Amino acid sequence: MNLNSKIVAIFMNAAVLSCLISSGILAAETANKPRPPQTEKWSTANHAKFSILHQTFETGEQVTQACLACHVEAEAQLKKTIHWTWLSPYDETGETGKAGYSVNNFCVSANKMEDAECSNCHIGWNGKQSSVNCLKCHSQKDVHWHDIFHDYKSFKESGDAEIADDLQKTIQEAVQTVGLPLRRNCGACHFNGGGGEAVKHGDLDNTLVNPRKELDVHMGFDSQNFRCTRCHTTIAHQIAGRVYSTPASVHRQSLVDDDLVPKIMCESCHTAKPHQNDHKANDHTDKVACQACHIPQFAREHPTEMWWDWSQAGKTKDGMHYQEKGEFDRFVYKSHKGEFKWARNVVPEYLWYNGSIRTLTLKDKINPTDVPVRVSWPVGSRDDKNSRIFPFKIHGGKQPYDKKNNNLLAPLLSEEVNGYWKTLDWADSITRGMAIMNIQYSGEMGFVETAYVYPTTHTVIPKNSALECTACHRLAHGRLANLAGFYMPGRDHFRIIDLGGWGIALASLSLVFIHALGRIFSNIRKKES
Amino acid sequence: MSDKMKSIYLYTRYERSWHWLQMVLIGMLLFTGFEVHGSYVIIGYETAVRIHNFVGIAWLTAFAFFVFWVFTTGEWKQYIPTTKKLFSVVRYYGYGIFIGQPHPVPKRKEAKHNPLQRLTYLGLAAALLPVQMLSGLLYWTYNYWDQWGIKLALGSVAVIHTALAFAILIFIIVHVYMTTTGHTIFAHIKAMITGWEKIEEHIKIEEWEKAKPK
Repeated sequence: MNLNSKIVAIFMNAAVLSCLISSGILAAETANKPRPPQTEKWSTANHAKFSILHQTFETGEQVTQACLACHVEAEAQLKKTIHWTWLSPYDETGETGKAGYSVNNFCVSANKMEDAECSNCHIGWNGKQSSVNCLKCHSQKDVHWHDIFHDYKSFKESGDAEIADDLQKTIQEAVQTVGLPLRRNCGACHFNGGGGEAVKHGDLDNTLVNPRKELDVHMGFDSQNFRCTRCHTTIAHQIAGRVYSTPASVHRQSLVDDDLVPKIMCESCHTAKPHQNDHKANDHTDKVACQACHIPQFAREHPTEMWWDWSQAGKTKDGMHYQEKGEFDRFVYKSHKGEFKWARNVVPEYLWYNGSIRTLTLKDKINPTDVPVRVSWPVGSRDDKNSRIFPFKIHGGKQPYDKKNNNLLAPLLSEEVNGYWKTLDWADSITRGMAIMNIQYSGEMGFVETAYVYPTTHTVIPKNSALECTACHRLAHGRLANLAGFYMPGRDHFRIIDLGGWGIALASLSLVFIHALGRIFSNIRKKES
Repeated sequence: MSDKMKSIYLYTRYERSWHWLQMVLIGMLLFTGFEVHGSYVIIGYETAVRIHNFVGIAWLTAFAFFVFWVFTTGEWKQYIPTTKKLFSVVRYYGYGIFIGQPHPVPKRKEAKHNPLQRLTYLGLAAALLPVQMLSGLLYWTYNYWDQWGIKLALGSVAVIHTALAFAILIFIIVHVYMTTTGHTIFAHIKAMITGWEKIEEHIKIEEWEKAKPK
């Protein structure tokens, strides 16, 4: 190629490029391009170079002490957060929360954190009585921290220095590469709540460690590759996002209005009018949450638990505990837990929701004849300006309640404390469990059907797969068929008007038809005569 | 029918184009409106809503021109209601038409509409259509009601809008049929296309029937 033709080629390329840019093709593609993984370091610190992290760590607590040497406020900050207290910061009595009197219809209660296995997820090295395990959230390596220190100690004491050194090396490598929480860090607890993957949340499971764009348009590795903390913003270890009682929709601000909003919600980035060309959907955002249309189903990859029936627990085979798997290769029966039901691609239930969820505590009276008893239920109504129609997973089941006092019961479960999971003895586990809670137990227990809600807000689907208008705006079987108290075009009709309207139209049609026939006949007769 | 017919220019170019434009607009509004109402699924809900909203506004705009026309040309006088000969007209369509009686109130330049038409068209142009447009406009601006302090239920606007849509549909059924009752089946439709209507010669037109020029 000679120089002239080269120049021509360059010009042509430039011309094509400018055409593409001006037509918007290139610009759009750039915006949708997957983010390249961040290779260059953007922080001013490098943990691998901190001498305090180049030491032999005998225990987890020593790691924490090393962290706190520089991050002097970290532990004090963290111990004020719900991640540590397991108590709702919005309830001054301290009764709401896992560590308080709140109950659910999974493992029911953590018995003030004395039910040992429930504390697997707690971020202390040993419950609330210890120091914080910083690594649970900040380690970038997949390490089971309790086990590795336990193993290290055992091998060291048994004189197996080589393996002990290997373990110590793993510990130090992990400590020297700490960083901001990855999806895996949050997911270790939040993808596996309730004793297994996707037991609790319908929209959170381990596929979100590395999801495709089709599953989650924000977190997709082939999309924006968001970490959890991209939206769950954090101030002094206070992570935004809990819904015990804070009405989230009150802060209807975009980042343009206020770039320091404490909690990033859809509208923070997408604004209240996110649809282009003045699309009708923009008129919906005051009443319909984005999630309602943009998360058409939950549990789209892995199945989620929909039903947990404690009343079936306690059966044994030849005096032994047993368990059975069913559809999706998930357990449908366990002697120590009861019966389970699982589902995939679940269509959510739609309820009015202002960002708060009311949760029953052990102290609340229930009405066992009004089933299912709503152990948790969204707060909101059509008349509440802050409420939106929001998609929920509703987890059903049956759980123990006090037949005389009409309150839910909190059995002690863990094997470590000789709970029900070991003994299959309801009377003993409930008596001891309620004693810990210091709530009177009549001694008469039964099982009541209950419901527990989870808002569906993760796994936002790419926009082309969002719900069509007719998912709701239709005569029968629409997704909002059960929401009453307002007129919805396409769904609602005034029967009399419709019957009358079509009736009279049909009558008119018949009448003009008969009239026409009359004219034809009289014409024929006239001609004949 | 008499053999001697003469042609008169009955509908001006504007009047004709307005009539057919309105036909197209109302046709589209009915078709898309009933889809939005949930009566059938043909072009898709979203498309139906888009078209309905756009055409609705187009109709409203075109109607404003019609109002201007009807008042500036004095044509409004053609719509003044009367009960004179009303019964005769009703009798004619119910009976006389079958035995070949002549129309009691034939068309004239100064009296385009018979008493029954006057009543119907006045009802349409002055009440039914404006209320339909107004309810449609309200329906369309539902999201601003709060801001404007309008305290209405969407359902009550919807029920009026739907009921009037049925009324318009019923009108169209009868109206289209009535076009076939001229001296030939397509005579009236032809007149609304060309402007020229054939009428019998030497028919007296009474003074009250005329929409008098100023």
